[in-house]
Amino acid sequence: MAERLDVQKTYKLFIGGAFPRSESGRTFALVGTDGSLIANVAQASRKDLRDAVVAARSAQAGWAARTAYNRGQILYRVAEVMEGRRTQFVEELRRCGVEASAARQEVERAIDRWVWYAGWCDKFHHLAGTVNSVAGPYFNFTMPEPTGVVGILTPDAPGLLGLVSRLAPALVSGNTAVVLTGQASPLTAVSMAEVVATSDVPGGVVNILTGETHDLLPWLLGHRDVNAVDLTGASPDLEASVVAEAAENVKRLIRGEPDDQSPYVIADFCEMKTVWHPVGR
Amino acid sequence: MVTPSPRPGRLDEVSTEVATPSASSVFAPRSRSGVALRVTPVDEVGLEARAKTFTTRSIKTTSKRAAIHLAISCIDLTTLEGMDTPGKVAALCRKAVRPDPTDAAIPPVAAVCVYPQMVPVAVKYTAGTPVGVASVAGAFPSGQSSLSVRIADIEQAVADGASEIDIVISRGAFLSGDYHYVFNEIEAQKAACGRAHLKVILETGELGSFDQIRKASMLAMAAGADFIKTSTGKVANNSSMPVALCMAEAIRDYAEQTGEVVGLKVAGGIRTAKQAWHYLVLIGETLGADWLTPNRFRIGASSLLNDLLLQLQKLDTGRYSGPNYVSVD
Repeated sequence: MAERLDVQKTYKLFIGGAFPRSESGRTFALVGTDGSLIANVAQASRKDLRDAVVAARSAQAGWAARTAYNRGQILYRVAEVMEGRRTQFVEELRRCGVEASAARQEVERAIDRWVWYAGWCDKFHHLAGTVNSVAGPYFNFTMPEPTGVVGILTPDAPGLLGLVSRLAPALVSGNTAVVLTGQASPLTAVSMAEVVATSDVPGGVVNILTGETHDLLPWLLGHRDVNAVDLTGASPDLEASVVAEAAENVKRLIRGEPDDQSPYVIADFCEMKTVWHPVGR
Repeated sequence: MVTPSPRPGRLDEVSTEVATPSASSVFAPRSRSGVALRVTPVDEVGLEARAKTFTTRSIKTTSKRAAIHLAISCIDLTTLEGMDTPGKVAALCRKAVRPDPTDAAIPPVAAVCVYPQMVPVAVKYTAGTPVGVASVAGAFPSGQSSLSVRIADIEQAVADGASEIDIVISRGAFLSGDYHYVFNEIEAQKAACGRAHLKVILETGELGSFDQIRKASMLAMAAGADFIKTSTGKVANNSSMPVALCMAEAIRDYAEQTGEVVGLKVAGGIRTAKQAWHYLVLIGETLGADWLTPNRFRIGASSLLNDLLLQLQKLDTGRYSGPNYVSVD
């Protein structure tokens, strides 16, 4: 019997629930530790970024309007679907040079992290919100609300766990995300997109762009329809002039840890809104 | 056979017609000046292929601002909702006159398009400006009322100050082959318009084929339409590039045969700046630059204006913008 031909996967972008190639037609070569070509991966352009922000904006109100409990169910579903693809994720990490036991551990921790944040969806309001005592006949509440469209620059390492650690807390409160992931670990990022696409997450809530983040970052930071940018994955010596772009529409800038699990990360992606209400008699 | 006169457009233009004359002897309209019209069948595959090529032109940054300004000046800024209020129409008119309060260089739109009941409001808020008032009339969007009722509707809108009237053809009569009836109706409604311009909506989504669209275009132009318009925006299939091309070619052929100039209005589903300049390219390459003016080309739209303004912001600031930076209509 003839040997079966390889069926190679095309690694594409994830925008608005679909998997397009880059509008620019560009790709970059992902090379394994042994120097062999693993895949040609789509390289996002600024127009792909623009399309992703439009998709994220149109999905944001609907995602935030779902009940917190429903968002939790959906994020838990992401973990369930990812669990069924464990071996694939481990394999992809290994192809990018992560050792077998470390890869297995990273995948398991990433799945657990989705579960952990899914649980917080209908609970973190109680922790982050407060009832404030004020000197007057008023009830005074501070409540966390989603910031809106969030851009996330994922850390290069750990590739998969870093992506989940930054993406999941952003989704908990009702933000939608445009994720820029660099050239270090695009395989798991694209597979993560496939998991999201098959987990009842509405199209546009998560958008994942692979490519040269240094090219895209100024456009993301300058985009007037993006409300916050997570720079956890950016190099610490990022030029001040690039970061200053974010000031134009007063974006929230977030710098966290690549591997972190805390309800305070959820709060980082929120706006705190305070309400005064007269006390009735 | 008439020798075709030189046409504007690209040299590699795909012909979308078959040269043989129409077999239909029943349908033989004459133009206003008495020219017997040839209505040739449409090559559907060629038409769609040609329409697709208009979307592949690269509009360079230097031309973009001109294209956006031109598109804005060709807009019929439309609100056709049962819930329209005088306040909403007033706001629409202000936006029509000065699309962006922060930029006086942006031209006003061509007209506002409203229901007859809102014409007095629109006239009041556009008085003294170049913005016209278009009113849909004649039992829009179905047209399913008696002719006398439709004519009364038109007369009232004109008396209230509408400078343009958009009517629909009787699709039922057209589809059952009663072309004379449709022709006479349009003629009567044209007479009722007086000095106001008449735009005839073919509602192409309900006509079934490109041959029918071409036929209806010729019929409407012969009966006195100043503009022919794709659709009401109230049915599932609105304006598309092939439909607009089919009608533009009918206008071109009508002008060649009769020397009479008729305008084109595309409407329904045109929401993005990109779509708008696809249509501009279509008009430019089919009818020529002479048609790229509000007197001969219109885009019926509401949310399109905001997208055009966002594109201008991008040109001005170098940053992508979003819906928070334009007015909510």
